[in-house]
Amino acid sequence: MDGVDILIVVGRVLAVFVLLLVTTIFNVWLERKTIADMQNRVGPDRAGPFGLLQTVADGLKLFFKEQINPSKVEYGMFVLAPFLAVIPALLLFMVVPFGRPFTIGGREVLLQGADLNVGVLFILAMSSLAVYAVVLAGWSSGSKYPLLGAVRATAQAISYEAAIGLSIVSVVMFSSTRAGGTLSLAGIVESQAGTYLGFLPRWNLFPQVVAFVIFFLAIIAETNRAPFDLVEAEQELVGGFHTEYSGMRFAMYQLAEYMNIFSMSAICATLFLGGWNGPTFDGQIPAWVSAVLPTVWLLIKTYAVIFAFFWIRATMPRLRYDQLMQIGWKRLIPAALVWLILSTVAISVRQFGLPWSA
Amino acid sequence: MNLGDWISQPVNWVFTLLALASAYSGVRVVTSQNVIRAALFLVGALASSAGLFLLLSAEFVALTLVLVYIGAVIVLFLFGIMITRAPLGRDVALDHKRRAPAAITSIILFAVLSWASIRAFAGREVTGVGDATDTRLLGEALLGRFVVPFEVVSFLLLAALIGGITLARKDLSPAEEEAREAT
Repeated sequence: MDGVDILIVVGRVLAVFVLLLVTTIFNVWLERKTIADMQNRVGPDRAGPFGLLQTVADGLKLFFKEQINPSKVEYGMFVLAPFLAVIPALLLFMVVPFGRPFTIGGREVLLQGADLNVGVLFILAMSSLAVYAVVLAGWSSGSKYPLLGAVRATAQAISYEAAIGLSIVSVVMFSSTRAGGTLSLAGIVESQAGTYLGFLPRWNLFPQVVAFVIFFLAIIAETNRAPFDLVEAEQELVGGFHTEYSGMRFAMYQLAEYMNIFSMSAICATLFLGGWNGPTFDGQIPAWVSAVLPTVWLLIKTYAVIFAFFWIRATMPRLRYDQLMQIGWKRLIPAALVWLILSTVAISVRQFGLPWSA
Repeated sequence: MNLGDWISQPVNWVFTLLALASAYSGVRVVTSQNVIRAALFLVGALASSAGLFLLLSAEFVALTLVLVYIGAVIVLFLFGIMITRAPLGRDVALDHKRRAPAAITSIILFAVLSWASIRAFAGREVTGVGDATDTRLLGEALLGRFVVPFEVVSFLLLAALIGGITLARKDLSPAEEEAREAT
């Protein structure tokens, strides 16, 4: 490994960070505009063209605001907690391949922060670490409402993580029939190349549709979005776990939430919608266009998922807490387990034949 | 191996750092005056042992440790603490008077474990098993050579789970059941 290789790695990491931050600025605006449209309002339209700079204005405002330290906080933890929210959110996107690897000057450049052999596990680990930010914020605030928000968050995160894990297991099992078994996201994307019957893309969505539905519902809950946003239910909890936070620390929680939405949607697109796979028209159009197209496909798929997030938020009322737990433990997890067994049986019948056909 | 050789290897530096972090947080788990802090130091101890596994290029084990222990078990601890009581500051009730026997027990345990691991591994180079992160190899070992211990452990966990439910759950009488339905 020489200097150029190290530069390439640094460039990849920077690309991931820049992509995440820019899309976050865009996504906040997109959400406000989408929901405004659905509610027959105009939404932000003053700052910049179409109000695009509204998020920048809000961010700057929060940045210059006073950071209040309430007298009863556990100071160290109180300051640390927002960082614990942002770090896993940044790391989560590191393992998502966001474009086709290309070769430049004899070196292969992966468009991915890091191609871990255990990428799928890394995703689960990072999304389970995110709950610490909420728990510690709630506890260290030394106040009742944040604590209630934190307790809700813990229960919710634990319940829905199980569903996420189980639905990913069936995807990993399924793609092992194509790519020879891999926990790397790049491998899972490659296993979805090509088409069924000549026109239907070989996405995991079609054979694993139940796992997709479970995964999608669970990531909405995992990112604490409506209708699963009991963690920060304003009407019940004042503001939820971040009631005592102000200024930049508060902004960091918002930042982490939107980064998580983007990363989780990108992971959903990668696992189920073929990742960056798509027609690239190699040789028919300029080479650089073919190199950029996979990234464009991934972004289009990711934004389809993100739009569904916003759409659901504008349409669905918030669940009650017992309904949330019922859906998690009595619907999603049993459904994921049954689906896992069914797809395992189907895969092994296809690979090894029926048990009595020796 | 002399000291110069030992220092020249970056891996030894990382190991020393991780070992110190692990030992420090291990001690602080016991000595912390606040139960939530103690749980967080336990996170530190587990994270540094995950780091040790990474050092042995066992990424799968390291991430499983993070996922299961840090991501689920300690979070459940914190959850349990917070729905019962969430103390800020010091909690005097966390200390107890049997410090001396506890210290003796832990020193003996430390001595036995050190003796066993030095006997087993002294002078032998510990290398990763086969390919750097062969999850497949690990799975085959678990479901091949070690299948009986694996099943015994899962049976034990199942028994503990059922035991926990029977201890914690109070079966309602029909009258109570009705009263509950009505609310």
